[in-house]
Amino acid sequence: MRMNKQQNKKYEPVIGLEVHVQPATRTKMFCAHPVPEFGAQPNTCVCPVCLGLPGALPVPNKQAIEWTVLIGLALGCKIANFSKFDRKNYFYPDLPKGYQISQYDLPFCQDGKVRLDPPDGRAGSGKLVRIRRVHLEEDTGKLMHSYQLSPANHSFSLIDFNRSGVPLVEIVTEPDISSASEAKEYVTKLAQIIRYLGVSYADMEKGQMRLEPNVSLRKVTSDKKQVTNLPDYKVEVKNINSFRFVERAINYEIQRQQELLEKGEKIAQETRGFDEKRGITVSQRVKEEAQDYRYFPEPDIPPIRFSDSQTSDIRHQISELPDAKRGRFVKQYGLTAPQATNLIQTQQLADFFEEAVKDGKKFGQEAKTIANVIINKKINWQNLLPAQLVQALVHGQREEIEPGVLEKAIDVVIARNKETIESFKKGKTGVLEFLVGQVLKETKSRGNPTEIREKLLEKLLIKE
Amino acid sequence: MTKSNTITKATVAHVVKLANLKLTPQELELFTRQLSQILEYVGQLEQVDTKNIQPIAQITGLENVERSDEPTTQPLTQEEVLFNASSTHNNLFKVKAILKESSDM
Amino acid sequence: MRLNELTIKDAHEGLKKKQFSAVELTKAVLSEIKKKEKTIRAYITVTEQEALDGARKVDQLITDNQPLGPLSGIPVAVKDVISTQGVETSAGSKILEGYIPPYDATVVQKLREQNVVIIGKTNCDEFAMGSSTENSAYQKTKNPHDTTRVPGGSSGGSAAAVAAHECLLSLGSDTGGSIRQPAALCGVVGLKPTYGRVSRYGLIAMASSLDTIGPIAKTVEDAALALTLIAGHDPLDATTRNVPVPDYTKKLRDGIVGVRVGVPREYFGQGLNTDVRKMVERAIKQLEEQGAKVVEISLPYQEYALAVYYIIVPSEISANMARFDGVRYGKDRAHFGDEVKRRIMLGTYTLSSGYYDQYYNKAAKVRALIKRDFDEAFRKVDVIIGPTSPSVAWKFGEKTDNPLEMYLSDIYTITANLVGIPGISIPCGQVQGLPVGLQIMGPHFGEEKVLQIAYAYEQTTK
Repeated sequence: MRMNKQQNKKYEPVIGLEVHVQPATRTKMFCAHPVPEFGAQPNTCVCPVCLGLPGALPVPNKQAIEWTVLIGLALGCKIANFSKFDRKNYFYPDLPKGYQISQYDLPFCQDGKVRLDPPDGRAGSGKLVRIRRVHLEEDTGKLMHSYQLSPANHSFSLIDFNRSGVPLVEIVTEPDISSASEAKEYVTKLAQIIRYLGVSYADMEKGQMRLEPNVSLRKVTSDKKQVTNLPDYKVEVKNINSFRFVERAINYEIQRQQELLEKGEKIAQETRGFDEKRGITVSQRVKEEAQDYRYFPEPDIPPIRFSDSQTSDIRHQISELPDAKRGRFVKQYGLTAPQATNLIQTQQLADFFEEAVKDGKKFGQEAKTIANVIINKKINWQNLLPAQLVQALVHGQREEIEPGVLEKAIDVVIARNKETIESFKKGKTGVLEFLVGQVLKETKSRGNPTEIREKLLEKLLIKE
Repeated sequence: MTKSNTITKATVAHVVKLANLKLTPQELELFTRQLSQILEYVGQLEQVDTKNIQPIAQITGLENVERSDEPTTQPLTQEEVLFNASSTHNNLFKVKAILKESSDM
Repeated sequence: MRLNELTIKDAHEGLKKKQFSAVELTKAVLSEIKKKEKTIRAYITVTEQEALDGARKVDQLITDNQPLGPLSGIPVAVKDVISTQGVETSAGSKILEGYIPPYDATVVQKLREQNVVIIGKTNCDEFAMGSSTENSAYQKTKNPHDTTRVPGGSSGGSAAAVAAHECLLSLGSDTGGSIRQPAALCGVVGLKPTYGRVSRYGLIAMASSLDTIGPIAKTVEDAALALTLIAGHDPLDATTRNVPVPDYTKKLRDGIVGVRVGVPREYFGQGLNTDVRKMVERAIKQLEEQGAKVVEISLPYQEYALAVYYIIVPSEISANMARFDGVRYGKDRAHFGDEVKRRIMLGTYTLSSGYYDQYYNKAAKVRALIKRDFDEAFRKVDVIIGPTSPSVAWKFGEKTDNPLEMYLSDIYTITANLVGIPGISIPCGQVQGLPVGLQIMGPHFGEEKVLQIAYAYEQTTK
């Protein structure tokens, strides 16, 4: 990289993200062995296929394939009519066959895009991130090292093959991301979409979602031609095990590279591991030569052909995705964009909100009110029924009301509900709550429900 | 245009590394000679006109062979899994250390 | 006739009629093994105790008048590249010395379900790579017809065991002729089924898109009985096809009048031993006299078959041998023999960056052209016939210095594997006491026709 000392040495990050998501299948990718439970005893969840015993053969998991296509469709990708698996050949002790069954030149999905959340009140960038490909492959075993057990001991490594063969969907972006915070946004959005699809829990701490950013820096320039040039190197960062560390790891790496470039040094193309204790990235001493994976089509697995109607069947499995839901919430419930963004964070919260709105209608509670309470009052909605929230609202409102207005409202309700009152007098005392609700509707939620109940009872019993 | 089909000792040495093998210097000599001979022979394919021919990867003609997501496989016991290993430790397979991380401070 | 010299068919009759017991039959085989193994060395492992236990079980079934399958109680040997649960499976290699699989290959499971008596595991070229069994890391198997000569390979142990009456049937594997060629050199019947007819689950893989398991037997009918048992779709092998398995003995006696027999002119050129040629031509004449219509055909891409084979096969080998890292089983990679190392290196090279298009991809395209040759041929003829091997059995050490020369001994058998079609080798005479094999190939899943022609010819030699 030529360094012209006269130029302004300002650099901008060029970041691509590779995310691996474990789809929530019951069995592994190429064998009908159950996926290991978190915390299972080592080497207790393997069969001849995922252990790589001589003579074992792979048979692909149909559910994993369909969910990969589902993810691709949700990310706006084109689905390949003809696809196949390939062998990716390299040696590593946690790779039992000495090759990984993955996809090379004909992945299931290509050329999609994700629009990050718009900047309305919250920290959003509205950036468009292009998706290069979504493909399916198998996980390796898990390596542990003696120095993790006792720091001075560097003599051996240990392998647990429980995770070997677990399906992994790999989602690769173009290097469209320009900051650590954008990266965090992207990963958050991706996880949200995936959870909405119901195909994975995408829990990073359980290893169900892994991400590897590729980070490099490019000189900032006003030369239009140079702006799209990609740097001639990239550094891959591994071992980011939690959402909390995404920004930190990337920012550290950007800083590290910036310092080197400003000193006039060249940056090595390499893989670095994130050390979460020290908050730094550390070089992983791997072979200097670039890996030659010698991809060739997997002879043990026939190719996969998708008809347009099959793809469209899979597409129909997609119910409302987050962005569409946000748009609808704004329109249908008159919410602001930030409010809607908050409420659609998870499918569960969005559903809770809509149930509460439906229920709240009976008691004259408005969607905006309900939204407000959920967002601002930090209620523990996961432990509530929507109806309970509505009741809490109804009872919590202590808006003053003139006695005369209240009397009038009660009379109106009584006059309008003669039959209900008949049934009340006949012994159906439960309908009293309904009548209280009717009064609140009439008063537009003003008035204390307890007071209303007492007054109603007075009037009803007097009429006797 | 005839592409060269001979192979040099250096290339063989590189291939040996890629293939995770080890050769003695005598073996490297011998195999370089023998591989050159074989490559010379198989190199005749160059003469064959394969314009518009699709490569065959599968001869069964099968497509879309998949299985349902049902756990039907009998798992191996931990003992069976570890039985043929030359070295284990706490029910894990044991290997010589894989040097991974180093501080570049 | 001693019991171990019976065919499966006759042994089954004898068991049914209670002329002898399954234990007596197994003991006869075991005693022959004890006599002959000092010389022949066909077996790596003999499972004497398990075999006798299995035979006793069958005798109990006979006593209880339970139905007896055609192969129940029959002593069968299994090539040591096929996984047998609890029994050492070495693949003829030091790498897997002492390796005990925790599972059975699907074909072995099928044998067990029918109460077949598994006598032991037979010797082979290391990881099935070779044409003479000289590449075995354990021992040299001798040709029973002349113990100074090779039995062929890679299923040399399986073929020699049948020829020496050390079993009534053996299972072998065929990637480029490894069942048919040793069968030819040992004077027995060897059948390579259609790729996808028999499950490969449990077969230690050599070249995944060519490997096939098949029977080596004394007669065509015996081979047909065995195929009926081992064939079928397997959910554990995604390359098996869901084609129903007929009783392969049913159409054996249909005769060959009017059957169109193709004779490729390319098989009778240079490289074919003159005496072998005479025997094969005589056999073809026999078939003509029986009513077959002999048609000369051409397989223009035949001359490139060996080149295609020795690019694709080593490529797949290089990946299939990668799992042998000595971590979960076996010894480390330093224990590979020379031929295995050679093929791994060749295959790594032909797949490597910069060479993939020139070698692997090119070979895959020419493979399509070879397939086209056969597709067109089978429009004109019902079966294709020729010599199995260009020569009879050669002396030990004669071809071990030059890998290419060894490869050339497979020239007539490799195409069936490249294209996936079935092929059988049956004895068609001898040259100075050494057997000659006649090969009959048919279209995909055309085993019935192939067996029918083979049977018809076999009858003329009786």
